[in-house]
Amino acid sequence: MASSSTASSSTTAPGSAAATAPAAPPGVKPPGPDFRSAFRDLARGWGQRELWLQLGWQDIRQRYRRSVLGPIWITISMAVTAIALGILYSALFGLDLATLLPHVLVGMIVWTFIAGCISEGSEVFVANSGLITHLPAPISIHVYRLVWRQTLFFAHNLIVYGVMLLVFPQPLWWTDLSIFLAFALLVVNGMWVALLVGIVSTRFRDLPPVIQSVVQLLFFLTPIVWMYDVLLANPAVAERARWVEVNPLFHFVELVRRPMLGQDQEWRTWFIVSGIAVVGWALTLLVMRRYRGRVAYWV
Amino acid sequence: MVSIDVHDACVDFPIFDAKSRSLKHTVLGVVGGNVAANTRKVVVIEALRGIDLHLRDGDRLALVGHNGAGKSTLLRLLSGIYEPTRGQALVNGRVAPVFDLGVGMDPEISGLENILVRGLFLGMSRKQMEARVDDIAEFTELGNFLHMPLRTYSTGMRVRLALGVVTSIDPEILLLDEGIGAVDAAFLERAKGRLKDLVDRAGLLVFASHSDDLLQQLCTSALWMEHGTIRQQGPLDEVLDAYKGREHAPSGG
Repeated sequence: MASSSTASSSTTAPGSAAATAPAAPPGVKPPGPDFRSAFRDLARGWGQRELWLQLGWQDIRQRYRRSVLGPIWITISMAVTAIALGILYSALFGLDLATLLPHVLVGMIVWTFIAGCISEGSEVFVANSGLITHLPAPISIHVYRLVWRQTLFFAHNLIVYGVMLLVFPQPLWWTDLSIFLAFALLVVNGMWVALLVGIVSTRFRDLPPVIQSVVQLLFFLTPIVWMYDVLLANPAVAERARWVEVNPLFHFVELVRRPMLGQDQEWRTWFIVSGIAVVGWALTLLVMRRYRGRVAYWV
Repeated sequence: MVSIDVHDACVDFPIFDAKSRSLKHTVLGVVGGNVAANTRKVVVIEALRGIDLHLRDGDRLALVGHNGAGKSTLLRLLSGIYEPTRGQALVNGRVAPVFDLGVGMDPEISGLENILVRGLFLGMSRKQMEARVDDIAEFTELGNFLHMPLRTYSTGMRVRLALGVVTSIDPEILLLDEGIGAVDAAFLERAKGRLKDLVDRAGLLVFASHSDDLLQQLCTSALWMEHGTIRQQGPLDEVLDAYKGREHAPSGG
């Protein structure tokens, strides 16, 4: 869709000015737009992790500077929302609070990470336009920084999870250590989503508000404040409830939430989320290959 | 081997307006078959055209030209911020661009942390910056202020800090844009010394400035930019004379 703009009708020459790019002898024509420039961007961004680790950490510390509790405020407000929604919906659905509240709480923790990657991803390059137009750096460092910051927020939110485990103990077992792998897969997906959404939203500035509305809507379409099993058990709505399987975010949430609540994971969820990661990265690399060099022109 | 090879490079800027920035308008313009919308092309500014430039280790190139002639865009092309829209730009070497002293500085964090972050942005490692911190602190003469957030600094203090970091690095390719001012004269003298050391350390320098003095101190050759193209390239004095001559001629400008 972006190809209708004049901006994209040009051919960019990759290999330009990559500070640590392999040396090409002068006079040798560099390859046309290929995936190497996209991979190189990601690899160089990873190589500069000292920078984005510091920047992401700084983002968190900044919040501590403004108030004593810092990001804990966000954690607390998330916990309050989760508890309020948990109590409300357990009454509405007539469910045991000890069942629904952990479900809602852990769901919200996972959701906060996903929603953060999507909505902040839509502004990641525009918000860093000063850095992008003044300092040559791979565009991926801004996305690494974003995902790293979201990971640190996630770690903060785990405090609530710890408290929850004390109040409502969950049947955790050593196999639930798969949570680390599940979260890693979530991070891998968060990276491509933020990159893709970021590049497209930099070109089309009316997208971020749309994306934020969609994320808001998806919150209700994903089983966070409600339980999929409960709807499935109700013959009146079971047919409609099955549509949630189409929602990719359902599988993301399930992948991380189930081990955190000591529930069995389905292989199906792993396959679907891994599949989305592969397809998503393929799409993102395609977009990066063509438009990565344009981001500096667009911001 | 440090080198810059630019072959017939062009940089075109798309100038988006509210409509072309909008996905809705772009999609509707295509799907709806709205003729008026389809004929309204995105305006493109040709910032650079047909740039051919070959620099090797040891080159000290001055960029001269009027405001808007394309000096800053050329520096951004050489730094890799802008990929050429046509042609190619091959740059081998670690690039340290110094375009805007303030960029990459966070007002909320302390001067010391800003030194680290700015250095990381310029391609240094954390270790390298930690080794340089004392030297930078001494140069800036900021003392205990370095522990205060940057927002408490005056403009002059910020420039000192930025200059201190920038002149402490070991770049292979140094790209300098003017705008290094706003400091008191005594400090500027010291900064000049450091700037000279920095340039001596750098393998390759491209320096855009309106100050003949600085250019003559730091550069050996020059490139005169006009309307996004190379007007003249050669030894510094020759190009400067031609540039000044034209500037003062009645037909010039």
